Amino acid sequence: MAAVAIDGHGHDDHGHHEESFVSKYIFSQDHKMIGKQFLMTAVFMGVVAMILSILFRVQLAWPGESSDFLSFFLGEQWAPGGVLSEDMYLGLVTIHGTIMVFFLLTGGLSGTFSNLLIPLQVGARDMASGFLNMLSYWFFFISAMIMFGSLFVETGPAMAGWTIYPPLSALPQAISGSGLGMTLWLFSMAIFIASSLLGSLNYIVTILNLRTSGMSMTRLPLTIWAFFITAILGVLSFPVLLSAALLLLMDRMAGTSFFLSDIIIQGEMLTNHGGSPLLYQHLFWFLGHPEVYIVLLPALGLSSEIISTNSRKPIFGYRAMIGSMLAIGFLSFIVWAHHMFVTGMNPFLGSVFVFTTLLIAIPSAVKAFNYITTLWKGSIVFAPAMLFAIGLVSTFITGGVTGIILADAALDITTHDTYFVVAHFHVVMGLSAVFGMYAGVYHWFPKMFGKVMNSKLGYAHFWITIVGAYGVFFPMHFVGLAGAPRRYYDYSVYSEFDKESLAMQMDLNVIITVFAIMAALGQFIFLFNFFYSIFRGPKAPQNPWKSNTLEWTTPVEHVHGNWPGELPTVHRWPYDYSKPGAEEDFIPQNVPLVEGEEEH
Amino acid sequence: MVTKLIILLVIVLGVIAAAQLMRVHELSSKLGEQKEHEISNRDNRWNASMMLVFMIVLFGGFIWLMLTYGWVGRGEAASVHGHELDWLLNLNFVIIIAVFFLTNFLLFWFAYKYVKKPGVPAFYYPHNNKLEMVWTVIPAVVLAVIIIFGLKSWNSVTSESGKEAVNIEVFGYQFAWQARYAGADNQLGKFDYKLTQDEKNPLAVMTGESIQLAIDSMEMGLGGIAWLEDKLNDRDIMLTPDERAAYDKDLNAKEKLIRLLYQMRQSHDAKLDKYAADDFFADTLVLCVDQEYEFSFRSKDVIHSAYFPHFRSQMNVVPGMTTRLKFTPDKTTVEMRKSRGVDDFEYVLLCNKICGGSHYKMKMMVKVLEKTEYDVWFKSKSEGVLSAGATMKDPAWDIEPATFDYKFHKTAAEPVEAVEGEELDGDEELVEGQEQEEADPTDGNEQAEGHDAPAV
Ligand code: HEM
Ligand SMILES: [Cu+2]
Ligand SMILES: [Cu+2]
Repeated sequence: MAAVAIDGHGHDDHGHHEESFVSKYIFSQDHKMIGKQFLMTAVFMGVVAMILSILFRVQLAWPGESSDFLSFFLGEQWAPGGVLSEDMYLGLVTIHGTIMVFFLLTGGLSGTFSNLLIPLQVGARDMASGFLNMLSYWFFFISAMIMFGSLFVETGPAMAGWTIYPPLSALPQAISGSGLGMTLWLFSMAIFIASSLLGSLNYIVTILNLRTSGMSMTRLPLTIWAFFITAILGVLSFPVLLSAALLLLMDRMAGTSFFLSDIIIQGEMLTNHGGSPLLYQHLFWFLGHPEVYIVLLPALGLSSEIISTNSRKPIFGYRAMIGSMLAIGFLSFIVWAHHMFVTGMNPFLGSVFVFTTLLIAIPSAVKAFNYITTLWKGSIVFAPAMLFAIGLVSTFITGGVTGIILADAALDITTHDTYFVVAHFHVVMGLSAVFGMYAGVYHWFPKMFGKVMNSKLGYAHFWITIVGAYGVFFPMHFVGLAGAPRRYYDYSVYSEFDKESLAMQMDLNVIITVFAIMAALGQFIFLFNFFYSIFRGPKAPQNPWKSNTLEWTTPVEHVHGNWPGELPTVHRWPYDYSKPGAEEDFIPQNVPLVEGEEEH
Repeated sequence: MVTKLIILLVIVLGVIAAAQLMRVHELSSKLGEQKEHEISNRDNRWNASMMLVFMIVLFGGFIWLMLTYGWVGRGEAASVHGHELDWLLNLNFVIIIAVFFLTNFLLFWFAYKYVKKPGVPAFYYPHNNKLEMVWTVIPAVVLAVIIIFGLKSWNSVTSESGKEAVNIEVFGYQFAWQARYAGADNQLGKFDYKLTQDEKNPLAVMTGESIQLAIDSMEMGLGGIAWLEDKLNDRDIMLTPDERAAYDKDLNAKEKLIRLLYQMRQSHDAKLDKYAADDFFADTLVLCVDQEYEFSFRSKDVIHSAYFPHFRSQMNVVPGMTTRLKFTPDKTTVEMRKSRGVDDFEYVLLCNKICGGSHYKMKMMVKVLEKTEYDVWFKSKSEGVLSAGATMKDPAWDIEPATFDYKFHKTAAEPVEAVEGEELDGDEELVEGQEQEEADPTDGNEQAEGHDAPAV
C-alpha cells in the first residue's frame, strides 16, 4: 500500500514559529486544537440539551404543577405561573432531540475524536486540509449558535419534533414554532451539513492518503475504521437531508408544493396541490437512519480501542469487526423506511424493509459477542474509560434487542411513536453514544490536555450515570407498551377512558423523572472533573494506559506536526496486547517484529 | 408509595456517593505517590464487584417492572388481529428477553471475573473463525424465524378487507376527529378539500350542491373574491401596504381555486351524489362487535395518526392522500369493562403524530356495541340524515334542497339581501351588506364561520 507520509507542511522547525493567540486558539488549523474546540462546543450544547430534558420531564412527572425551576428558565412567556406552556413543551422536546443527535453526538463525538485521532493514529502531520478543517469547525460553531439562539425567539423555537415533518413544520399557522424558529432551525441545519461534509471529506482523504509507511488498511485501529465508515455515511446521506431542508424552505418561503397538498389551515384554504408529505419523510430518513450509525459507529470504534487496551487483550475478531462495521454501514442505507411502516406507505414496501432491517441485527450481534469475548480471560483494568466502554456494550445490547420488535412491521403498528420507541432509541443510540463519548474523553484526555482526569470522580460519575440512565429508560419501555404516545404534553386524556393505565403511567413517569434528575446531577461531577483536571489535574505521562496506537508515541506537549522528528513507521497491527513471548504486555505499532514473530 | 421509596433510595444513593467522594479526596491527598492513571488493585476489585452488584440490580429491576406492569400494559386486545399481534409480541419478547439476560450476564460476569489479578496475564486470543461463525449463524436463524412470523402477520393485517366490511371515513384536523359513515349503501360520497365549509360541509363532501355552495361562497361570501376586490378597489378605505399585500395574495389564491371549482362543476357526475346523500357523521366512533370495518383516513391540515391502542391498530392521517386500515372489534365495550373489572373503561382513538400544541388532547371515543344496539343506532342516524330538518347534535350533512340557504354570509342578527345570481358590478346592496361586515376579518370569527377568513 502506498502509505508514504506526505510532509506537506514543511515542519522542519516544529513548534518553533511563534503563534498568535488568535491563530493558536481561535482560527487554529491544527487538528488537535480543532478537536478540542469541537469538544468544548459539544459540552456546552450537551448541557443545554440536558437542562431542556429536565424541564420537560418535570412537566411529565408533575403535570400542571407550578414549579420555580420552570419559571426560572422559561419565564412568564413560556411557563406562565410556573407551568410549562403546551407549545413550549414541544419546543423543548424538539430542540433537546436536535441538539443531542446533531450537535452533541454527530458534531461533538465525531468532530472531536475524528479530528483528534485520525492524524495521530494513522501517523500524519495533520489533516489533509487544515483550512477546510478550520472552516468545518466554524460552520459547526455558527450553526450551534443559531440553534441555541432559536430558543430565544419571540415565537419560540422549532416545535415540530426533531424530524420536523411537514406540513406541521411548513406552515407558520400550524404552530407558533413553525415561524421564525423553524426558519432558524433549517438554516442552522444547512450550515451544520456544510460543516459535516467538509469534515467528512477531510477525514476520508486523510485516512486514504496520509497513512504513514507500514500503516496498511488492515493495520488501522478500529477507531479509524469507524471514523472512516462514518465519514462515508455522512458524505452520502447528509446531502439528502440538505435537499429535504432546502425543499422545505422553498415550500415555506417560495410557495412551492413539494410536501404540501390540499390543506386548510386555521381556516385558510391553501392552493398547494400535488406535493407529498411522505416524500419528505423518505428524504429525511434516508439521512435519518444512517445518522443513527453516524452517531453510533464512532462510539463503537472508541470503545473497541478502550476495551482492548484495558483488557490487555487483542480485540477479538479484528477482521470480523471491520466486516460488520462495513455491513452495518451498507445496510444502514437500505432500511430507512422502517420509520414509515404506518405512514401510508405501500405495505409490500414495508415487508422489504422489515427484511433488510432485521439483517442489520446480524453484524450487530457479531460485534456484541466479539466485545464480550474480548473481556473473556482478560486482565481487566477498570480505568473510568473502561467502565463507560462496558456500559456502552450493555446499552448497545439492551437497546438493540428492542429494535427487533420495532423492525417487525406488524409489531410496530402498536409501538410506533409510543414511549417504547423513545426508550429504544435512547438506549441504543443515546446512551451507547454518550457512554462511548465519555469513554473517549477519559481515555484521550491525556492526549488532549496533557493531564489525567481524577479516576475516583470518574467512578462516581459512571455509576451514577449508568444507574440513572437505566432508571430513566427501562421504565420508559413499559410506559410505551402501555400505549402512551410520545410528544404528549400530559396524559390527562387517559382519565377519560382508562384510569388504571393513567395511574401506572404517572407512577412510572415520576420514577423516570427522579432518575433523570439524579443522572443529570451526576453529570456535574464530570463537568467539575473535566474543567478541574484541565487546569489542576496531575500531569500525564506519554503513554498512560500502556497502549499500542501511534498517538501515544507523540510528546505530551502538543507540537505542530505531531511528531518532532521523523514520522513513525508501522510494523504491526495495534492489538498486540499480552502477546506470548513479549516482555511487556503491550507492543506499540512502531516496534518492529522480532525474528520469527508472526503478525497475528 | 413506590415512588416515595424510589426517591428515598435515590437520596440514600446520593448521600453515599457524596460521602464516598469526601473520603476519596482525603485518601488521594494522602496517597500522593499513587499516580492517577495507575488504577490500584483495590479500585479494580471494587469496580469489579460493582459490576456484579449492578447486574443484579438491573435484572432485579427489570423483573420487578415486568411483574408489576406486565408487558402489554394496554390490557388485552379487543380486535381479532390484535390477539395474533399480541401472541407475536410475546414470542418476540421471549426471544429478546432471553438474549438480554444472556448477553448482559456474560458481559457483567466476565467484567467481574476477569478483573486484573497481579501476576495473572491475559490470554492472547485474537480470533476464532468457528466461534464467530456460530454467532453469525445463530442470530441469522433466529431472525429468520422472527421475519417469517412477522411478515405473515403484517401481510394479513394490511391486506384488503372483505366484501362485507363496513366503510367508515375518519377525518382528522387540529385537534379533533370526525367520523363519516357510508350509510345504507355502504358507499362513501366523494370529497374535495376545496369544498370545505366550516358549518355546512366540514368534511368537504362532493355533490352538485356542495360544489355550487363552495363556488358561491368563494365568489361572494365574506372574504370571497367580490369582497376582496371591493376592499382593494375602494378608495375610501386606507389599506396599509401589508394589508394590501395580504388581500392581494388572498385574492390570487381564491382566483386560482375558483377556476378549479368551475372545472369541478363542469365535470361533476351527478349520479354520484346519491352515495353522499346518505352519509352521516358522528363524534363518537360507534362500532358493531364482530363486524369488519374498513377505515379510510383523511386530514384537513397536518399529519395526524389514528391510533387505536386497544384494537392494536394505527395509521397516519396525511393531508393530500387517503390512507386506510381495517380491523374487526371482537369485544363490546361492556364486555371489556367486565373483563377488566373497571366500569368506566372506554375504547379510544388517539392522535399519535405530533400535530400542534393540543396534540395530546386530540381524541375520539370509541364504543363497540352488540349488533342489536348497533343496528338501532345506525338506523336512527341514517334515517336522520335523510329526513329534512333532522335534529342531530353532530355537525351533519343537513343541506336539503328545499331549505338550501345561499345567504351564507348573512348573520342571524343582520339579514342581508340575497345576492344569488346577481351581477356583481356596481351592486349597491352588496356593498352595503359588506360594509356592515367591515370589522369582521379581525374580530368576527364566530359570525364568519363557514367562510374562509381573509388571511391578514
Ligand atoms: C438526561 C437524559 C435524557 C432524558 C431524561 C431524555 C428524555 C427524553 C424524553 C422524555 C423525550 C421526549 C420523547 C417524546 O415525547 O417523544 C426525549 C426526546 C428525544 N431525546 Fe432525549 N433524553 C435524554 C438524553 C438524550 C440523549 C443522550 C439523546 C441522544 C441521542 C437524546 C435524544 C433524543 C431525541 C432524538 C429525542 C426525540 C425528540 C423528538 O421527539 O423530536 N436524549 N428525550
Ligand atoms: Cu432507522
Ligand atoms: Cu396529533
